[in-house]
Amino acid sequence: MTEPVPAPHLEARGLGVRFPGGVQALSDLDLVVRRGELLAIIGPSGCGKSTLLRVAAGLAPASAGLLTVAGEPPERARARRAVAFVFQDPTLLPWRSLHANVRLPLELARVPRAEQDLAADAALALVGLSEFAAAAPSALSGGMKMRASLARALVGRPELLLLDEPFGALDELTRERLNDELLRLWERDRFTALAVTHSVAEAVLLGDRVLVLSARPGRIVADIRVELPRPRRAALVGSPEFAAVAAEVRARLRAAAPPDPSDLSVRT
Amino acid sequence: MKLASAARAAYPPLLVFLGFLGLWQLACAALALPTYLVPTPAEVARQAVEHAGELAQAALLTAIGALGGLGASLLVGGLVAVLFSQSRTAARSLYPYAIFLQTVPIVAVAPLIVVWFGTGLQSVILTAAILSVFPIITNGTTGLVRVDPQLLELFAMSDASRLQLLLKLRLPGSLPYFVAGAKISGGLAVIGAIVGEFFAGFGADDLGLGALILQTSGRLQTAYLFAAIFAATLLGLVLFGAVALLGELALRRWRGRELSVH
Repeated sequence: MTEPVPAPHLEARGLGVRFPGGVQALSDLDLVVRRGELLAIIGPSGCGKSTLLRVAAGLAPASAGLLTVAGEPPERARARRAVAFVFQDPTLLPWRSLHANVRLPLELARVPRAEQDLAADAALALVGLSEFAAAAPSALSGGMKMRASLARALVGRPELLLLDEPFGALDELTRERLNDELLRLWERDRFTALAVTHSVAEAVLLGDRVLVLSARPGRIVADIRVELPRPRRAALVGSPEFAAVAAEVRARLRAAAPPDPSDLSVRT
Repeated sequence: MKLASAARAAYPPLLVFLGFLGLWQLACAALALPTYLVPTPAEVARQAVEHAGELAQAALLTAIGALGGLGASLLVGGLVAVLFSQSRTAARSLYPYAIFLQTVPIVAVAPLIVVWFGTGLQSVILTAAILSVFPIITNGTTGLVRVDPQLLELFAMSDASRLQLLLKLRLPGSLPYFVAGAKISGGLAVIGAIVGEFFAGFGADDLGLGALILQTSGRLQTAYLFAAIFAATLLGLVLFGAVALLGELALRRWRGRELSVH
């Protein structure tokens, strides 16, 4: 690669998180994510994947070490609307139209109304939901709701997008479509993204790198560079090159998982 | 379609009611009960028709008292619920007194209300409000406090202020709980209004159902009394239905209706 190496966007040094109850969620985690990079994070259930995202969002405090976003504490990056979060559930407010849901972050930030509307129109168009702007969330399918949730996250044009197993509850096909959608949006805007998933295929499809975390307390057990060409689409999943990377990730994940044969939480 | 299913739903209880009336009529005839003790349904109906004007007038007065009480409950109960949701200290120190509203025997307190506020509509409304405010407080507080933690994090991502959280998340999110509370309170407000009228009845020319019940029972006009009791029951049902309908309308957007964009 002759491109200049982009600056680190997210950096963790010796990051540890211990919950008030005494549970050690993450321990001694060192991580550098470069600007514009798409990092997939995978690991056994309860390994602290989500906790890592929540620390990066400034929603949970680090109890040891340091995590910075663009060189700042996460709360400060968040305050200038540089960070957005896509939750496991669509988390749309049922009493608001899709449009009103999508512009919520700007409304809360007291952005002028005209600007809110323009940005929400654009974000809905981006995910192909323009014609449903007036619809109530209850009128939409699960996939459409998740798309709206994605539009809401992107409405403030964040530099860092944190995705916490956002498509985990969707059926296979919808999930493929949404992964393609996410890839398309990422290729277009090149925000930095951290995507937590429990699917090996999803991790390999999305990530420039796949970070494999160990069982609690979460430590990085592997940081696998995915050298598959971009743009990638879900169709890539069947190719031999893909299978080779997926096999490597799966092997590392298996080694990281606790020795519990009944643990079905790791899917492919 | 909806009307047809409503009619189907109303069919069995209606049949039970008619059967009950038939049995009642037969029992009166068979046991030769005196009318001042147990009037026949036919006699009750006759009295209801004869006093239709007075009954309607009384029901209207009672309805005003009950609606006033329910309105006051919604307002005060809503404010108390907001206070409880915003301050754990306030909730801890005041909730036992809210329970007091639920457990206080209203019949015992109503005379005191009359002593303090005199006879008339204000005392009726106050009695109805005291009896009906508790479900609003508990349901409302639950709705305001019970918020999906992911939604709280969503708002935290925008560094939402406490006021924004209240106005844009907690209050709209608690609407189903307030509706559920209001449905219970609607019936209680009617009971409260009638009890209130027992003690604070508006005077001889201005009888609510409560005062009418008291008067007719005093005069052994038992059939008329029965008619007044049925009117009171009907009023409670109508109020419950109205509250339920309004609640459904308010919650329609939650259940998949097109909304306006701007």
